[in-house]
Amino acid sequence: MKKIYVNEKWCLGCHLCEYNCAFANSGETDMVKALKDKEISPRIHVEEDGKITYAVSCRHCEDPVCVKSCISGALSKKDGVVTIDKNKCVGCFTCVLVCPYGAVIPTDKHAAIKCELCLKNACGYPACVKGCPNKAIVYEER
Amino acid sequence: MKNYVIIGGGVASASCIEGIRQIDKSGKIYLISGEGKPTYCRPLISYYLQGITDFKKMKYRPDEFYTDNNCEMIFGKAEKIDAVNKTVKVGDKTIKYDRLCVATGSSPFIPPFNGLDTVKNKTAFMTEDDALYIEKNISPDTKVLIIGAGLIGLKCAEGLVSKVGSITVSDLATRVLSSILDDKCASYMQKVLEEQGVSFILGDSVSSFDKNTATFNSGKVVDFDLLILAVGVRANISLVKDAGGETNRGIIVNDKMQTSLQHIYAAGDCAEGYDNSINARRVLAILPSAYAQGFTAGINMAGGNKSLNDEFPLNAIGFFGLHALTAGAYTGEMYEEKSDKNIKRLFFNDNKLVGFILIGDVKGAGIYTSLIKNKTFLTENMKKSLEKSPSLAILGSLTRSQKLGGVV
Repeated sequence: MKKIYVNEKWCLGCHLCEYNCAFANSGETDMVKALKDKEISPRIHVEEDGKITYAVSCRHCEDPVCVKSCISGALSKKDGVVTIDKNKCVGCFTCVLVCPYGAVIPTDKHAAIKCELCLKNACGYPACVKGCPNKAIVYEER
Repeated sequence: MKNYVIIGGGVASASCIEGIRQIDKSGKIYLISGEGKPTYCRPLISYYLQGITDFKKMKYRPDEFYTDNNCEMIFGKAEKIDAVNKTVKVGDKTIKYDRLCVATGSSPFIPPFNGLDTVKNKTAFMTEDDALYIEKNISPDTKVLIIGAGLIGLKCAEGLVSKVGSITVSDLATRVLSSILDDKCASYMQKVLEEQGVSFILGDSVSSFDKNTATFNSGKVVDFDLLILAVGVRANISLVKDAGGETNRGIIVNDKMQTSLQHIYAAGDCAEGYDNSINARRVLAILPSAYAQGFTAGINMAGGNKSLNDEFPLNAIGFFGLHALTAGAYTGEMYEEKSDKNIKRLFFNDNKLVGFILIGDVKGAGIYTSLIKNKTFLTENMKKSLEKSPSLAILGSLTRSQKLGGVV
């Protein structure tokens, strides 16, 4: 199945993926309205290793430890995608405690969030990939 | 075709079903559950009291889970295991097994307090029924006394604080959450609860109850309308013990989750598995371990081969938006960062991360957890990078690229 991959050689460290992600998942149609003066909680984040930068988001693991550790049954894996049912999630953050990629994000709204490949929002195609100016993030089968 | 029997209806039983079905799609599974309902998320009962969730959302798996997995539910209490004839007795039924998993969980421990029988309104806090009992017995004026300032008692206090008149929490220990936090971190969490109106009596114990009054060893007297007993839990080991199996605090299991009795496995809060952070056997009564143990048992029961030996304590707890994530053992050399809102403590031993306490900013905690789990050797530079923040930078470009799926 298709997943999001990053080529760190091409990553500019511009953080645009974070903004595009937050916008795509905001439910708003206007990017300024969605992001201006707001603390954003993107589901992808850019890390640095010296001069190298790279984006990290959910790997949709073969054997997802977040799903197996979830105390509310909110996390599940369907058709290769690890998704979170925000109605079931109570925001205990056990998933944050166990994800080896740091890819499940705590929020202050009684729920954790994570990359769901933009399948649940209006974007329909990973917004981080669509908006990456140097094609460092790709969405493909491997 | 094999006959599988699972005793217990908690998370370890659900993961045991998932484990069995990874290997064996056709064998019949019987699930004996004393609570008379499909698996639900017990740790969520405090969130239920708080109004954040409801019993429908608290179901652990979708309704079709049991039929999809060809699993027959038997509601009743398992009374006896006959390990020679390989049967389990439930009421007037005798069920035959080829492989049995005991996932009986734990029961609240009720100390023999003087006069406890004179208290009319009292309950433990473990099941949905307990939550319903509490809901029925509170009003905006109710004075609640909770005995036990551990994870269960404090989550209960959080769930109730906006719905009752007053809450007092007492514990014999001199700090809250004594099993997972040290003094400093504990007082930090205690403060958050106090700010919301919860009172504490610590380092003290009830010497006697008389109806609606508790008298403490110190002489303190507390009046209450509802008593909640959250002192601790004891593993339910008697079925296996009576059948001749080896038990200690929990049912002794090896890394395949086998008990000392042939064809009998145990998993979850009733089992005494292996704690990798202290290199010793221990009951790890946490949900991630219950899942992993049940799943491992299921795989092995169905003829697969899976070992589990990398478990260690992991706890995620939060009150009123302040979260504390903890893992492993707090030994060795400590790195500490502290601000008004956050505490970060990392414990390094022998160039490895062995434990941590994060309060407030918990982002990326799982990266620390995976380093403990994998016993990753850390250079001084890697330690420095970790102290700054948890990130995949410490892996180096090559390993990171492999982990993130390879370069394009």
